[in-house]
Amino acid sequence: MSDAQNRIADIVKKNDVVLFMKGTALFPQCGFSSRAIAILDRLGASYETVDVLQDSEVRQGIKEYSDWPTIPQLYVKGEFVGGSDIMMEMFESGELQQLLAADA
Amino acid sequence: MPMAASEIERLIKLSLPDAEVSIRDLRGDGDHYAAGVLSKSFEGLSRIKLHQAVYAALGGRVGGELHALQLETAVPNTEINSE
Repeated sequence: MSDAQNRIADIVKKNDVVLFMKGTALFPQCGFSSRAIAILDRLGASYETVDVLQDSEVRQGIKEYSDWPTIPQLYVKGEFVGGSDIMMEMFESGELQQLLAADA
Repeated sequence: MPMAASEIERLIKLSLPDAEVSIRDLRGDGDHYAAGVLSKSFEGLSRIKLHQAVYAALGGRVGGELHALQLETAVPNTEINSE
């Protein structure tokens, strides 16, 4: 594995809930990242974020890591959950609450 | 680089021939789209796999040439559609 892939694997392993996004929770730089944060905040989840705009290797590497071409990407307990559309679907169906509650 | 809605629909139908596709240009800029895709081939797939199937149909354009594609995917409701 490349250095970026190792770093990503490490971040995903060490954080139960982690969102790879553009910008920060307070200053999201993209509508999709902003929507992902809004969903997590609405659920009262505690989460870490990684700003891919600060690290071009992670920005590219995360797409390969999950075979997913877009950002944001949510990981819970080491598993890739999806992007903001999937987060919204799971939020509306109650599955995301369950997934995050199982984590607490 | 903007992409026409008709081209997105054509590419999706090329790999998912049975799919019912509906595209909306969210900002009218040819760069931010929402796509609804219904296909029987989605049956039994996880959400991640569903979206990956559509991304694969678009052959690497999502996240590059095509900046934003909001996706809704589902299996057609056979109970409603069947006669």
